[in-house]
Amino acid sequence: MKRLNLPLTEEDLRDLHAGDAVLLSGEIYTARDAAHKRMHECIEKNEPLPFDIQNALIYYVGPTPATQGRAIGSAGPTTSSRMDPYVRELLEKGLGGMIGKGRRSRDVKDAVKEHKAIYFVAVGGAGALLSKSIVKREPVAYEDLLAEAITKLTAKDFPCFVGLDIYGNDIYDHGEL
Amino acid sequence: MKEIDVKRIGDKTEELFGKIAYHYPAGIMDAIRQAHQQEDNPRGKNVFDMLEENARIAIEEHIPICQDTGMAVVWLSIGQDVHLTGGDVNEAIHEAVGRSYTANALRASVVDDPLFERKNTKNNTPALIHTRIVPGEEVTIEVMAKGFGSENKSQLKMLTPAMGVEGVKEFVLDTVKKAGPDACPPYVIGIGIGGDFESCAEMSKAALLRETENADTRYSQLEKELLEKINTLDIGPMGYGGKATALKVMVEYAPTHIAGLPCAVNICCHVCRHAKAVIQ
Ligand code: SF4
Repeated sequence: MKRLNLPLTEEDLRDLHAGDAVLLSGEIYTARDAAHKRMHECIEKNEPLPFDIQNALIYYVGPTPATQGRAIGSAGPTTSSRMDPYVRELLEKGLGGMIGKGRRSRDVKDAVKEHKAIYFVAVGGAGALLSKSIVKREPVAYEDLLAEAITKLTAKDFPCFVGLDIYGNDIYDHGEL
Repeated sequence: MKEIDVKRIGDKTEELFGKIAYHYPAGIMDAIRQAHQQEDNPRGKNVFDMLEENARIAIEEHIPICQDTGMAVVWLSIGQDVHLTGGDVNEAIHEAVGRSYTANALRASVVDDPLFERKNTKNNTPALIHTRIVPGEEVTIEVMAKGFGSENKSQLKMLTPAMGVEGVKEFVLDTVKKAGPDACPPYVIGIGIGGDFESCAEMSKAALLRETENADTRYSQLEKELLEKINTLDIGPMGYGGKATALKVMVEYAPTHIAGLPCAVNICCHVCRHAKAVIQ
């Protein structure tokens, strides 16, 4: 189990291989379907993105509402492939990586390798457990999207696995997949 | 004739949705523990450790098992000797779902229009309600909170009679392979065979509710065989590899047309949330 601080350095990335278990600490942005659509519209209109995307990590999550005394409600990953059409342009703008679950398209795999980015996968349906590693959540943009709004999380030892590494390896390359 | 106030149906519905977001059904939890014991892939075992820990935290700290607290599906079996009083039963259920999702801090995951505005309705309504008229004078409520990561991987195919049992097996395995790691395996798989296009799809979802063995030995044998085959695919827990690609396979069947063999596969993740109550 590797403990890593965000943002990741080039050296960190060189050391990570698909399948490695890691614990991430630092800032992570949340965004899923509707927020990606809006970011795509920003890019098309040449408008600035709602947060500094340089080396940022986006977590595909739409949490349940936080109850009293908690930073966040249940907060596990959603299926990443729905965000595939938006990944290349975000990587081109400087995105450092993503956290989600499930396979990515050929194009995303290539783009992750080309941009020396990273894709982590977290355990789906373990939202209660994963929420315990998120100590803070701040609003950033698109609050009208409710659970789909962009927010900034502060993670402490967030458990996940390397899904795609800079060498082009994929955690899902086995069996009948 | 027995009178039942729709408010009682609403209150029970509200209670059940509040419960299933935090508690796995006993049968699913048992299946998870059993599959954990049989799993020998280290990464698969690691996933099971996390799922069991997650289930414990969900109950003890009252945090939903999964953040996708689903679309609310309700099956109402209404005894034909029941007279429902106190208002519109459908309204009572929609309102109950709204109350439950708000009061229990569950996620609002429903949009009003599927194609254009896609505006969130803010309280997870409307619910999807299936009603059946049955003999007797009680009302049975079965609820399910269906996540869409797995719903998205479900499929229906109009097979032809000549394709037979082999065709069904092939279609089921193909659907599971296509779902692959994306819909949070280990899966619970509901299968509908027969009927017509839409009743077959509904059967495949209702199959997920079953808590007992299939009473028909031919079909229970088919379930066993399918489960064994699925668990040789090496998709494994979360698709990280291992034996446990599915926890259960459950088949429902119905008479169909001489020209047809409809088959629907409803993929459900390990968070197969459902519960049942009877109102007398
Ligand atoms: S597929 Fe199931 S476990 Fe996975 S995110 Fe959706 S509801 Fe949760």
